[in-house]
Amino acid sequence: MYPSRFRYEAPQSLDEAIGLLHEAGDDAKVLAGGQSLVPLMKLRFASPELIVDINNIGGLAYHRADADGTLRIGALCRHVDLERSHLLRSSQPTMAGAAPLIADPIVRNRGTLVGSLCHADPQGDWASVVTALGGTVIAQGPSGRRAIAVTDFVTGPFENTLQPDEIAVEAVIPAAQGTRSGGYLKLERRVGDFATVGVAVALETSGGNVARAGIALTGVGGTTIAATAAAAALTGKPLTAESIAEAAELAAQAAQPRTDHRGSAEYKRHMVHTFVTRLLSRGSEPAERAA
Amino acid sequence: MTSTVYDDRDGQEATGVPMRRIKFTINGDKKVAEVEPRLLLAHLIRQGLSLTGTHMGCDTTNCGACTVLVDGRAVKSCTMLAVQADGHEITTVEGMASASELHPLQEGFKEEHGLQCGFCTPGMMLSAKALLDANPDPTEEDVRWALSGNLCRCTGYQNIVKSVLWAAAKLRAQAPAGEAALADEPAPEPEA
Repeated sequence: MYPSRFRYEAPQSLDEAIGLLHEAGDDAKVLAGGQSLVPLMKLRFASPELIVDINNIGGLAYHRADADGTLRIGALCRHVDLERSHLLRSSQPTMAGAAPLIADPIVRNRGTLVGSLCHADPQGDWASVVTALGGTVIAQGPSGRRAIAVTDFVTGPFENTLQPDEIAVEAVIPAAQGTRSGGYLKLERRVGDFATVGVAVALETSGGNVARAGIALTGVGGTTIAATAAAAALTGKPLTAESIAEAAELAAQAAQPRTDHRGSAEYKRHMVHTFVTRLLSRGSEPAERAA
Repeated sequence: MTSTVYDDRDGQEATGVPMRRIKFTINGDKKVAEVEPRLLLAHLIRQGLSLTGTHMGCDTTNCGACTVLVDGRAVKSCTMLAVQADGHEITTVEGMASASELHPLQEGFKEEHGLQCGFCTPGMMLSAKALLDANPDPTEEDVRWALSGNLCRCTGYQNIVKSVLWAAAKLRAQAPAGEAALADEPAPEPEA
């Protein structure tokens, strides 16, 4: 399969890239890892007239923590960089748990976290993780940069709020209000398949109480689901068997699963309950390679 | 220097198509190619360079049969544009054996019956090569993990895993004392 014909530019600076997007209007796409865009172009679900390849732009392949603990992930930080990151393993259990479960090892060598957020697939794992962590996307356009909460960034399946001449240059995870725990669990039929069910849990504990909680669900609705009621049930008190049970029940209620070839709606809802319980019960154990 | 000619799959005139000149290294050989931006790396390798050891399986980023190494990292060549190879170094299965000797991974697949139909084998071997280059002494779990993006429909994977472990042991035995693994490429000449 071939993509339809397009013009290709590989600028060396963000300003140049944004200029190209500005001129092209609606008909351009940004190419980072290409692990979703290239397949979509081959299937002709996407037929952009201009591809702006940002892979030659320096200074976007980072992930690093600011002095206050804010985590920044650049647009060219690949999944594999996050999978092997000591920084994530020591300070970001939810992200460290998810990174090895993204697609398969070969896709992880190319694909990017920021690209995954832009792609806005309801079955994308990173969107749930960043949602649970209360993250934002930094968009850069001709008039500068703006920060967009990830919950506002994704507006529907495969839809985001970027203007045609904006590039998502960075994802930002705010500093924790205490000690982080949590993780990501994904039920998949085989490695590389989309999630039948995915659950991200991010807890920040301070002085024995949960200072902040985030729970988000993958693959059980038309978009990533922020289980805010479930998270609220955990906040401002110690984590107990009762609060875990309540959160698991509320998260299962927040899911909007559909019966399909991956499982029945009832089964998926049950798995949300199971995963939330499992993640909240295990504390801050090291990340596992697979659910 | 090589120029690439390929079919226009839409049946339209190929004139006026914006072509780009790229330079890359494949299996140690420097190449120059004229490519249309929508040409996939897999097609450049198979049609432009006639290196048909790289197989096209699913063509939808699922199966890993088309895996090659780009700057040492395993990449699905059906999911990367050929123009993106500009300035990069590619290794295909043809770059593994020398004229007289199989690569230990190829030997391992032979010794441990790591293939039946052979279609997935080149991709398997390149994913395995990327693993062994980084980790010369992998556990069975490491091997299974590294190959989890490569699908095989014949073997049930058991013998593939054995093959890779066989190759790892052979490479370690060959490695000079005190070194973790054989260097694949000679070190670049220092700049004059």
